[in-house]
Amino acid sequence: MDGGSAAPDESGNELESAVVRFAGDSGDGMQLTGTQFTQATAMARNDLATFPDFPAEIRAPAGTTFGVSAFQIHFGSRTIRTSGDAVDVLVAMNPAALKTNLDDLRKGGLIIVDTGSFSRRNLNKAGFEENPLEDGTLDGYRKLEVDMTRMTVEAVKPFGLGNKDAQRCKNMWALGLVDWLFGRDRTINEDWLKQKFARKPAIADANIAALNAGHAFGETADMAREFGSFVVPPADIQPGTYRALTGAEGVAMGLVAGARLAGLHLLFTGYPITPASALLHLLAPLKDYGVTTFQAEDEIAAVCAAIGGSYAGALGVTSSSGPGIALKTEAIGLAIATELPLVVVNSQRGGPSTGLPTKTEQSDLYQAIYGRNADSPLAVVACHSPGDAYFAAIEACRLAVKYMTPVMFLTDGYISNAAEPWLIPDFEDHEPFPVTFRTDPEGYQVYARDPETMARAWVKPGTPGLLHRIGGIEKHHLTGDISYDADNHQEMTDNRLNKILGIAKDIPAQAVDQGQAGGRVAVVGWGSTYGPISRAVSNKRAQGHDVSHIHIRHIRPMPPNLGDLLKSYDAVIVPEMNTGQLVTVLRAEYLVDAKPLNKVNGKPFRIVEIEDALKAWL
Amino acid sequence: MNVQTPANLSPKDYATDQEVRWCPGCGDYAILKAVQKAMADIGADPANTVFVSGIGCAARFPYYMETYGFHTIHGRAPSFATGIKLTNPDLDVWVVGGDGDGLSIGGNHTLHAIRRNVDISYLLFNNEIYGLTKGQYSPTSRLGTRSPSTPHGSIDSPVDALSFALGVNARFVARGIDRRQDHLPGLLARAHAHKGCSFVEIIQNCIVYNDGVFEHFTEKAVTADMQLEAEHGQPLIFGKNREKGLRLNRQTLELEVATLGEDGFSEDDVIVHDETNRTIGGALARMKPPDFPVAIGVLYCAPAEMSYERAVLAQNRAIADKAPAAGDMNTLLHRGSTWEVAA
Repeated sequence: MDGGSAAPDESGNELESAVVRFAGDSGDGMQLTGTQFTQATAMARNDLATFPDFPAEIRAPAGTTFGVSAFQIHFGSRTIRTSGDAVDVLVAMNPAALKTNLDDLRKGGLIIVDTGSFSRRNLNKAGFEENPLEDGTLDGYRKLEVDMTRMTVEAVKPFGLGNKDAQRCKNMWALGLVDWLFGRDRTINEDWLKQKFARKPAIADANIAALNAGHAFGETADMAREFGSFVVPPADIQPGTYRALTGAEGVAMGLVAGARLAGLHLLFTGYPITPASALLHLLAPLKDYGVTTFQAEDEIAAVCAAIGGSYAGALGVTSSSGPGIALKTEAIGLAIATELPLVVVNSQRGGPSTGLPTKTEQSDLYQAIYGRNADSPLAVVACHSPGDAYFAAIEACRLAVKYMTPVMFLTDGYISNAAEPWLIPDFEDHEPFPVTFRTDPEGYQVYARDPETMARAWVKPGTPGLLHRIGGIEKHHLTGDISYDADNHQEMTDNRLNKILGIAKDIPAQAVDQGQAGGRVAVVGWGSTYGPISRAVSNKRAQGHDVSHIHIRHIRPMPPNLGDLLKSYDAVIVPEMNTGQLVTVLRAEYLVDAKPLNKVNGKPFRIVEIEDALKAWL
Repeated sequence: MNVQTPANLSPKDYATDQEVRWCPGCGDYAILKAVQKAMADIGADPANTVFVSGIGCAARFPYYMETYGFHTIHGRAPSFATGIKLTNPDLDVWVVGGDGDGLSIGGNHTLHAIRRNVDISYLLFNNEIYGLTKGQYSPTSRLGTRSPSTPHGSIDSPVDALSFALGVNARFVARGIDRRQDHLPGLLARAHAHKGCSFVEIIQNCIVYNDGVFEHFTEKAVTADMQLEAEHGQPLIFGKNREKGLRLNRQTLELEVATLGEDGFSEDDVIVHDETNRTIGGALARMKPPDFPVAIGVLYCAPAEMSYERAVLAQNRAIADKAPAAGDMNTLLHRGSTWEVAA
């Protein structure tokens, strides 16, 4: 079972894996604390996965349950595929954090609380009538009660900070303690603090003092005897150079790489929206990489500018989340009709409407495949992890320019924000797919098609001798002149569809991720369910069950062997963070009796949820 | 950079072989003719010229221009044009749209293309009606306009295109009239020469759904009295015998019309048009019959140092020049903290 088992055992507390969650008020700096613990953990050569969970409000009222921000990390000496089912160590910086996170703590798990924040007022705000530290609420857990607030203020006293600034260092105190608990080298945290506060040395020194004080607290004899410390040995990891990579970073670098491999300038356009904005922030500084970013006045302007960019010879990419994608829909139809390259990145979030902006969901699959007026086919590619996002984004760029089509690229809030160690590829190993713009006027027809790809030629305005007009009105299948002819419309509709379907010849056959073709059960997923499905299937296989894992990247068109592959199993189970979208597509496409397994509570699947569901079939 | 060479073409060289599908007598024909003449006068390179449009009668324009053309979606032409200019700032980009396209569904994009100062020439054909959808009132229709959607008369106030443009800091604002072939091509050449967003309202008669709505100032008989041709450095004088001029009412800070030679009003008292003066430009834009003539010409022109896309690309270049990695992909992939895992 995944999710760690961090009870200190008597033989030196060696663990295969552990899950730690830092939870506090949104002003407590929990995301920074978690990121810093992740850095120290990566340096210790554990495999890991992280997941931040923060509120939609930027500054929710302090002390409230809806203002709680949390960061979870799962790390171990074996391959880590999810951010963990159950929490082994919960750091709760206030009563609200305890209230909202306690349910995820494993029985017997360790709670570290800052008693300094457990005032009557904060207890009331969190909705506790009695102090949970005293009324037996925490029976069955191990608890470490420390007045972090007071100890932090004392530790930073020499640096002359005001009381408020001094208290803000308490997240570093907590980090120091957890660094100690897992034997982490905190040098990397110190270096980061020095860099971050290079212009405010007093703040840097105070934070480092707090970090050291937390660590020193752990080192005291009493602490060690009572709670022990844990050892998570290094994982057996493929040699090479690594970095931590979030999904947003993976997509951003994949888009830059894709444009580079196509030999094009990247015009990236967006409008601020959670959780897609990260891409705009990551790409805006990359001006030295042939990237121009454009923050448009709205989602519609963003997609239109991207299409304008592609029309003029750049790779136009626009990005949003479901509600913003909905606004872009009409323009995407124009890119389909004018057959121009375009990549549309959808960082999916909970819906409908504004829904759960900071929570994850994969409920825009129908929108990606079907969500436009008329017969308007495009290609759909989905990534399944931060590292995979890099390669999948390159693939989206390749299809867009080769087939002169919009490509919908699906990621989600979980992948965007989650981080994992990434074996950095060598860019020189990637196969280039350089674009050739047509410049030869001889025999040029605007909608004449390449016999293999069915793509029309890409001509940049500014090219002598190739003057032409394009637009959304139906056009003649060769000349591109306006045509309302009935047979021509049938032909153009067929052409648009067949061009997209033809991509199936140009994508890898569907592989079986674990297991083999044929057998009892196939678990079929797409997107960010990769981690929990993968671990659930490997656990079941370790128990001797005949179950395989298939994960689909090319959602439209699908690999040509997929239908036969699915039919080779007795049962097909499709876990999704929606009410059953891929499962419907598979049933419609292949007439297979695929069964849904659905979850839409804003959180990724737990491994155990998939394992439990599989029991009925194995 | 593409060097634009005078192409030595005649207006008809800018016409396509496509059948023009506007209603017979539509003002759009006259505008098309004026644009083609302006292109020839400028010596525009057809290969380097792009006409971008949204949806509506006016938006069919690109199909009739022997240049590059992109007929896009309703209201969004300025956004496409922005993407085109960000990708290739050397292209001559013209945006063409109607009053519904540019001020209703696309009002937001018009606003932002203007205030960003994207180097495009925006031609807004204002016929005060929705033509292609069969005659509904538009955001520029006058109060009380009866139409299929307002059978008892419209009750919402119209927007004045040029006041709107000036309100969002347009740096080139002009007005022309479809019937004024003597005036319009020169105006378009001025718009083209302006570096930055040039916004031109062209009064255009819809012969089917709003015929004659501009007659009171476009009919030949009243032209001299009801149109004022603003020209930089010239006194704002109009009238059949050039007997009327504009002056400032110091009490109301508004313009007023006065007759030369009456009450001691002499040519020296007439306001001299200064197209770099935003206050004068705004006052001229607002003038409405019957108390005032309609001002045509370049009402305001004050170019910025750099247009939006030039500034974006200059910033890109400045940052890129300073970047040590010079775009090396492997450097990008290795950014931030990395660590080695030994074999």
